[in-house]
Amino acid sequence: MFARGLKRKSTEDAEDGDGGVAGVPAAPSYTLQRQSLLDMSLVKLQLCHMLVEPNLCRSVLIANTVRQIQEEMTQDGTWRVVAPQAAGRAPLDRLVSTEILCRSGREQEGEGDGPLPDPAPGQAPRRPQSSPWGLDGSREGRGGFQKSLDHIFETLENKTPGSVEELFSDVDSSYYDLDAVLTGMVGGAPSGPGLPAFAPAAAAPPSSTCRSDLGELEHAVEILVET
Amino acid sequence: MSTRPISYLAKIFLLTLTSSKHQQSDIISTVEFNHTGELLATGDKGGRVVIFQREQESKNQVHRRGEYNVYSTFQSHEPEFDYLKSLEIEEKINKIRWLPQQNAAYFLLSTNDKTVKLWKVSERDKRPEGYNLKDEEGRLRDPATITTLRVPVLRPMDLMVEATPRRVFANAHTYHINSISVNSDYETYMSADDLRINLWNFEITNQSFNIVDIKPANMEELTEVITAAEFHPHHCNTFVYSSSKGTIRLCDMRASALCDRHTKFFEEPEDPSNRSFFSEIISSISDVKFSHSGRYIMTRDYLTVKVWDLNMENRPIETYQVHDYLRSKLCSLYENDCIFDKFECVWNGSDSVIMTGSYNNFFRMFDRNTKRDVTLEASRENSKPRAILKPRKVCVGGKRRKDEISVDSLDFSKKILHTAWHPSENIIAVAATNNLYIFQDKVN
Repeated sequence: MFARGLKRKSTEDAEDGDGGVAGVPAAPSYTLQRQSLLDMSLVKLQLCHMLVEPNLCRSVLIANTVRQIQEEMTQDGTWRVVAPQAAGRAPLDRLVSTEILCRSGREQEGEGDGPLPDPAPGQAPRRPQSSPWGLDGSREGRGGFQKSLDHIFETLENKTPGSVEELFSDVDSSYYDLDAVLTGMVGGAPSGPGLPAFAPAAAAPPSSTCRSDLGELEHAVEILVET
Repeated sequence: MSTRPISYLAKIFLLTLTSSKHQQSDIISTVEFNHTGELLATGDKGGRVVIFQREQESKNQVHRRGEYNVYSTFQSHEPEFDYLKSLEIEEKINKIRWLPQQNAAYFLLSTNDKTVKLWKVSERDKRPEGYNLKDEEGRLRDPATITTLRVPVLRPMDLMVEATPRRVFANAHTYHINSISVNSDYETYMSADDLRINLWNFEITNQSFNIVDIKPANMEELTEVITAAEFHPHHCNTFVYSSSKGTIRLCDMRASALCDRHTKFFEEPEDPSNRSFFSEIISSISDVKFSHSGRYIMTRDYLTVKVWDLNMENRPIETYQVHDYLRSKLCSLYENDCIFDKFECVWNGSDSVIMTGSYNNFFRMFDRNTKRDVTLEASRENSKPRAILKPRKVCVGGKRRKDEISVDSLDFSKKILHTAWHPSENIIAVAATNNLYIFQDKVN
């Protein structure tokens, strides 16, 4: 999957740091697969908005799942998953407009460069111009959700409808692994001693930015359920 | 009421609903016996209602006792277009509920996502003949030719069953109606959508009372929806509704006009060892049904059926695993949306057996007294008329025996969401996509 390369790097860092992440070999893939689940959920939310009239129960359940993943990722401080494609370009210095969540890919492309609402004061610091991914844990932690959302929509908007399937086609076979990992998982992913390099950063993220992340998501949910 | 073990199902009447319309429109979306079991109504995705009637017993044809034949077919709902939202309103019948019979005619409520209709189904087997002022074709006679007075006489005609819409209850639901329930006072009924429940009087169509409203002021805060609702079978002031978070609330309408505060709150504490990202989704209750006695409620979530005692709110008294082998497949089922399938559940007439559907055209029955359970299949290939249904088994891993099916071979497109149980006899109706199966107790 596209983020695989980076995933391994972070795992190696962690392991170098203190010799293993909770002793579970599957732990790094848990994070990766959790991200897959997040991606899948966000796509589902988009898709259900495009349907004739979205099933509200389904939308709410998916949105709650997304929130749950995001909360857990916030607690872990593990905003690690970034696409190699994005690494080569300037990070998107903007907020994901809540409307983008609800638009089709074509529209996203057209309005991608449009002006967006001013970021809330608390969020301004997390938009470094050229943040080296993976080094600055704290800023990374706060902006990670934004970036992964951005990445998802970039991926979706830059690809033809057919290739969206491709995006997920090679993930299909891994879903059975996803099954095994995710359905057995207790909420607490490896954290703490497993990621000592980022522990201070993980402790640092003020609730305000997490709240703003959550606020973004809730905003998105609001748009979806207002239908 | 027979108390024999539940592996007896034999006579099978396979009725396939077909029409000249597109095949998609014939997927059965609801099944319901009336209060005597004489009639069985089905609703489909195309907005049609088909009612079956049980044949009367006949001394000459004992072996044909109790066969169900088509009694009436009518188009209940048509597709509509909501111009304000630019959305189509599906004609699919979500629920049918019968009213108890009070005269020669039958009455039922049928609903799609937005509109509830009261239908009267009545028989006509006589017609008046010999009008004084009209001729046999109904044209007025020339008064000059009328020289005698005669009174029309009722003469027998071929039985005709006609369905007429008597009430249309519209424009009361912003969200999709998932449940209707007739109150035991037989004067009111409720309709529930994702966020609100309305109380109607059968005689009044232009207004309803809103009795539950869980819509948050700020829709951003929406995390829970109503999934099903039902009136208590005997206490006309009591009803329950279930939620997408796996909770059930019992409300008393005497307490206040808007039942936002529940009288009882049923929720089982979460099992921490089973926690996953899908925990909430699989805990979402897809159906809630009072027992006939009114003492218990049964709820269906994705993997289990639970029986609750109304007097104990903190946990169910019984939990039955419907298809626990799916627990390790939840992510795949989330991906293909099967995890959002809404299965229904039913009690038998004596509340001793409960039944619910599963995948691969399997359905499950649980005997609450003996704690035995059985898996049966509704499929043409495996059911010849009057054959005995063979119990099925899903193999969970390890060595698969000859007759077993492995989990990976299950067909998830063949789902049994809707079933019904005759109010007093061991006759069940099972909807498998666009086929209706009726299974009956073995006579001899």
